[in-house]
This record gives sequence, structure tokens and C-alpha cells, in this order.
Amino acid sequence: MVGYKIKKGLLYAFLVLLAAACLFPFLLMMVNATRSGVEITRGFTLIPGTSLKENMDQVFKFFNPFRGILNSIIVAVPATLLSAYFSALTAYGLGFYKFKGNNFIFFMILIFMMIPGQLSLIGFYNLCSKLHLINSYIPLIVPSIASAGTVFFLRQYIISSMPPALIEAARMEGASEFYIFNRIVLPISKPAVATMGIMGFIGNWNNYLLPMILITKNEKMTLPVMMATLRSSTDIQRNQGAIYLAVAISVIPILLVFACFSKYIISSVTAGAVKE
Amino acid sequence: MKLQKSSKLTAYNRWGYAFVAPFVIVFAIFSVYPVLRTLYLSFTDLKILGKGNWIWFDNYKRVITDKFFWRALGNTLRIWGVNIVLQLGLAFLLVIIFSDVKYKMRGLPVFRILYYLPNLIAATSIAFLFNTLLDWRYGTFNILINSIYKLFGATYNPIDWIGSGSTAPYTLAVIQSWMWFGNSFLMLMASVQGINREYFEAAAIDGANRWTTFGKITLPLIRPIMMYVAITSLIGGLQMFDLPFLMVSQSGAAYRDVQTVMMYLYRFGFTTGSTQTGYASAVAYMLFLIILSVSIVQYKFFNKER
Repeated sequence: MVGYKIKKGLLYAFLVLLAAACLFPFLLMMVNATRSGVEITRGFTLIPGTSLKENMDQVFKFFNPFRGILNSIIVAVPATLLSAYFSALTAYGLGFYKFKGNNFIFFMILIFMMIPGQLSLIGFYNLCSKLHLINSYIPLIVPSIASAGTVFFLRQYIISSMPPALIEAARMEGASEFYIFNRIVLPISKPAVATMGIMGFIGNWNNYLLPMILITKNEKMTLPVMMATLRSSTDIQRNQGAIYLAVAISVIPILLVFACFSKYIISSVTAGAVKE
Repeated sequence: MKLQKSSKLTAYNRWGYAFVAPFVIVFAIFSVYPVLRTLYLSFTDLKILGKGNWIWFDNYKRVITDKFFWRALGNTLRIWGVNIVLQLGLAFLLVIIFSDVKYKMRGLPVFRILYYLPNLIAATSIAFLFNTLLDWRYGTFNILINSIYKLFGATYNPIDWIGSGSTAPYTLAVIQSWMWFGNSFLMLMASVQGINREYFEAAAIDGANRWTTFGKITLPLIRPIMMYVAITSLIGGLQMFDLPFLMVSQSGAAYRDVQTVMMYLYRFGFTTGSTQTGYASAVAYMLFLIILSVSIVQYKFFNKER
């Protein structure tokens, strides 16, 4: 019995250690963000320093991270909402209406789910430069109306959880098709839509390659693109504290989202596993 | 009467067009067209602007014969290979621990949130965080290791984690697995929790010990999902870009050992001075063909499993 307890204790120790490994870099980030560059190079500590203000000044001399956060919100929020609404609308249209081309559209969705996004990068850029959409948010927002993967997932969900009798009943009452979608289908599919929405938001928020290629003006850069410009600054590179602070500011919004929606996030990761 | 009913049915169904129309329009413009446009460009010698000439398969011939492309593919696979072993190994170990019928470990809801956390943070932030932490001379990691060495009276010869070609790919692989093991663990654990309780109870009644239970029930049931995690990770891993691109500078010594296929593509597709749009498009399609063959193998494998 003693051996059992010791073994169990060791297993817990391992789990805690692993959890610490996940948090430790972020903890160091927070602490180092408050220390000066010289202090950081001189030694290791977990006690916060007093140079937060100086680091802040140095970061702001190089860029305004709140501008980046605002830009990221301007891109990620509409993209998420458009993707959630139109994916549900498309999923319902494909799942509950019989019309010519329905199967073809679904087939195309399956095909495009298998095509990696990077494949079309050059053609996408080419299209945007022809349409004069470089440095515009349109190519970062509007394409989310057509999120193949989200439509696929929601279609399965709506078909399995939406009773056709309910739609029939609403039709008998004289409700319009559009009304039925907005007032009955959308609320019923809310858990799935929210799940996909949260993941979509995080994906949009963290997206780097596409905005990096499309956005070249400093004042329009989203947060990840703005962060990447740290590389080119030798000035700020000299003070590690400022870099830690910039990283910390970029991480905090997503930590807040996670704190509020962790339940949805966890369930959306496993959605794929349960389906299999 | 019958005729009227069927025409009413068609009237409902016509709404289907209205509902899918926005999707179809945007899909055609921003998804289908770019894919076809890239295909077209891959057969031309377009540099940046203007019109390229149709050169048939010359770009593809060049990709296949360019040793730098194959080196980039090799780099990508090496980083991914080390990463997936660590990532799946750790996730698998955690599944064993949390599904053990003897120890009945608690706290899964909290642990899985913590393990999943690194996966949420943008790769750009992760890149700068670790670039700074792992700095050869001034990074906190080496300073920490140094002070531990000092504690035992030894001297630590600082390891250049991301600056040298012999360590950089492995450092990147470890960071990748740090970012992704929680994700794999969540997927595997969910499939274990999806296993019918009755199997375990029946096994317990038959007197099966915990390792037999694990080997005969848990393992076979999560094998397909492990395969699924590995293959999706390979498809994602082949497109690896953000971390190596941001962490290793192009002028750095480690660059040739960490340049991935996507970085190779980026060099020809978007870097000022070396832009060769046509060639980069062919690289994109080569990458697609590689990913497609992986997907086909996956499909075949899954059909056999069932």
C-alpha cells in the first residue's frame, strides 16, 4: 500500500512537472518583462524587477502594440462572425434543401479541405494585387465567408441535431425560410457554431504568413506581423526586457480569450476525435 | 392537388440556392481561382510583374533537379520526425497515466487545460519568446543552466541552441512538440473516454490485469486516432514556416539546416530580389503532390483499419 502511494505521488509529480514546463516560459516572460536588459543578462530570478516603465517606453518607441491589437481585432472579429454565420447558412442550405448542384458543391468542399492553404498562396497574392487589395483588410476578412472545413463540420452537426419536423411545423405556421434559419436553425446549432467560431478566432488572431505578405504598411499591421518586425530592430534587440514585454502584450489577449472560453476550446479540439 | 404540393416543395428548395450563394461566390473567387491561377503560373516563367511565357514543365524539372529543394524537404521531415516522436510519445504516456484503472489519477480537467495552453499562442510570439530565452550568451535558459552547473562546481560550456546548425533543427522540434503535445493528448484522451465503460467492466470481471486491459482494449481502440493525429501532423508539418522562419535569420549559420519547403517557396515567391513567381508556383504544386500522396496513403490505411 505504501508502494502504491509513492508511485501515485511520483506520477502526480510528473504531471505537475509537465504542467510547469508549459507555464514556465510564460512565467519567465512576465518576470523578465519587468527587468532591465542588464539585469536579465546578469542572472536568473523569479522576482519581478522595476524596469517595466523603461521597457514600455522602449517598446512604444519602436511600435505601438495596442495599434496591432486593435488591427487584429478589426480583422479577426468580422472574419469570425462572417465565417460563423455564413458557414451555418451554407451548411443548412446544403443539408436541408434539394437543388441541382448541391452534391457538386459538397464534393468541392471535400476536395478543398484536402488542399493545403499554402498551395494557393501565390495565386491568392496575384489576385489581390490585380484587384488592388494589397494593404487592404478585405482579403483577410471576406474569404472567411467560404470556410470549407467549418461548413463541412456544421453540416454534419445540423443534419444530426435539427429535427425536420420542427422546420415543417414552422412552415405550416407560415414562417419564411430565412426566418426559420435565423430563429430556429441558428439557435439550435449554437454550440457547434460557437465551437467553430472560437477556433476560427484564434486561428485568425494568430495567422502570420498571409497578413505578412499582404500588409506592408506599418499602421495597418496585425499583431503577429507587427511582432515579427522586432527582428529588424537592433535597438530593441539590445534590451531583452523590452522584447519580453512586447511578447507579453501580444500573449495577454489570447490568454483572456482562453480564460473565458476554455470549455469551448477544449471541446472543439476533441470534436474531431469523437467523430472518428 | 398533388401537382400543387410538388411545386410548393420546389419553391422551398429554391431557397437552397439563396442560402449557398454567398459561399459559392466567395469560394469561387478566393479559393478556386487562386488554386487554378497558381497552377497556370507554374507553367510560365513569370518573374514578378507582366506576362510570363508558357514554358511547359521547365519549372517542375527545375524543382526536381534542385538539390536545395530536396534539402529543404529533408530539413522539414527531420524537424517533423523528431517533433512527432516526442509529441505523440508524451501524449501517449499521459493517456496511459490518466486511463490507468489502478491509480485513477484525478485533475484531468485542469491538467489538460495547462497542457493545451502553448498551442493557443501565436507562433510569432513563441518564436520571439524562445529566441530571447535561448540566446547563446544572454538568454535566461543558459544563465539558469550555468548557475545550476556552478552549484555543483562545474563549468558550463554554453550551447548555441538556435544559432548552430547541429542543434537548431532539434531545438525547433522540441519547441514544436511543446506546442502540440497537449493537442494530441486531448484527441487521444477524448477517444479513450469515448470507449464504452462496459468493455472495462467486462475485462475486470474476467480478471484481466491493468496492462492486459490497456493492451487489449484501450490500445486497439485508440490506434486509428493515433494514426490520424500523426498524419494530420505530417500534413501540417510539411507546411511548417513561422517558427523556423522567425527564429533563424537568413544570414545565420543554422539557416541551411532549418530552411523548410515553405521557406524555400517564400524565398522565390515573395522575397524582393529573388522573386520568381512561376517557379514558386511549381514548388507549391510539388508540395501539394507530396501532401496528396500522404493523404492517399492515409485514406488507404484507414480503409484497411476498418
